[in-house]
Amino acid sequence: MDNSRRVELGVGAFVAAGLVALFVLAMQVSNLNVFQRAEGYTVIGHFQNVGGLRERAPVNLGGVQIGRVSAISLDQNRLEARVEMTINAQYDDLPSDSAASIQTSGLLGEQYVSLDPGGMPNALAEGDELMITRSALVLEDIVGQFIYNQSEGDDDE
Amino acid sequence: MISALQSLGASTLAMLGALGRSVLFLLRVLLGLGELARRPRLLIQQLHSVGVLTLVIIVVSGLFVGMVLALQGYYTLVDFGAEQSLGVLVALSLTRELGPVVTALLFAGRAGSALTAEIGLMKATEQLAGMEMMAVDPERRIIAPRLIAALISLPLLAGIFTMLGIFGAYFVSTAMLGVDGGSFWSQMQAQVSFGDDVLNGLIKSVLFGLVAGWIAVFNGYDCVPTSHGVSRATTGTVVTTSLVVLGLDFVLTALMFD
Repeated sequence: MDNSRRVELGVGAFVAAGLVALFVLAMQVSNLNVFQRAEGYTVIGHFQNVGGLRERAPVNLGGVQIGRVSAISLDQNRLEARVEMTINAQYDDLPSDSAASIQTSGLLGEQYVSLDPGGMPNALAEGDELMITRSALVLEDIVGQFIYNQSEGDDDE
Repeated sequence: MISALQSLGASTLAMLGALGRSVLFLLRVLLGLGELARRPRLLIQQLHSVGVLTLVIIVVSGLFVGMVLALQGYYTLVDFGAEQSLGVLVALSLTRELGPVVTALLFAGRAGSALTAEIGLMKATEQLAGMEMMAVDPERRIIAPRLIAALISLPLLAGIFTMLGIFGAYFVSTAMLGVDGGSFWSQMQAQVSFGDDVLNGLIKSVLFGLVAGWIAVFNGYDCVPTSHGVSRATTGTVVTTSLVVLGLDFVLTALMFD
């Protein structure tokens, strides 16, 4: 009897430890945010080129993360990328004429959306569109332009 | 020449036969699972001998694998000034690949071989035949609890392995290598996704648990009932499980992470 009780206790502790490990993996390692998704409001921006921007990329204002990119799709009418951004509900007083630009953290880092605040008194709300957007800097284009300009300069001499 | 061809054909036929027997065997065991629900004590006993007793090797190797990954990754990443990504590197390799695979390999060595030897010895000493004489189905009474115990234990063990590996890496990178602990966790949380990485790793380890348990119990049940046969079956369990787990891991990785 004593022995089988020890077995039961051991198995219980084992199963509990395994479940705790999976829970830690979910919360601490992958920062599961199924529950956080609902709180916040969505704003839309149209970009000519989103470069390497991905869903769940951060949305920053002044270097502070205030939301995430929730969806990227192609707007068939404007033939531009339509980026939906979910802004955390606590930041509910951003000027409605804020500008969005896609930037890269570091030279080769991940791309994120950076908001530059405008000066309008009314605040952004659910479903608003950011009118002023700046596309991603595509490094290849810049390098290409640089080489093109260089060779033109050589011709002039 | 002819005899070489003959032996090739014979071994191919033997392999196909064993494969067919093992699939039918698995189906019979799975169909007889109802009985296990009425006798949960059998399962608890097996969870103890398959899962709890494997815990020590999993805990120790999980810690060390994580610590080695951190050391090794650091020297590569520091050249690019990207040592903050150490957490991402360790967490992704552990949740996606090393956690499920290394756990399954250790499991085959520690628990799979024991299962095969136990069942093989039962067969060699005619305990299984005796059970059948008493109208007790050994597939339901002996095999099913062991298979299900492996299926349940392996994901839990893989979770423990992965978690301890990440904490071992955290300890090495903050205490020994001077990586900032905050960015270790925050970069990891930004890059590791629950659905893609943690959940797929879990699915992998469930499948590995099924495969490891299946191979172990089948090899024991199908062994030649002599001392030589039992020893060959035990070796076969470890070798086959390792190969199948590694091959299956490649297929699963190709399917899951495109």
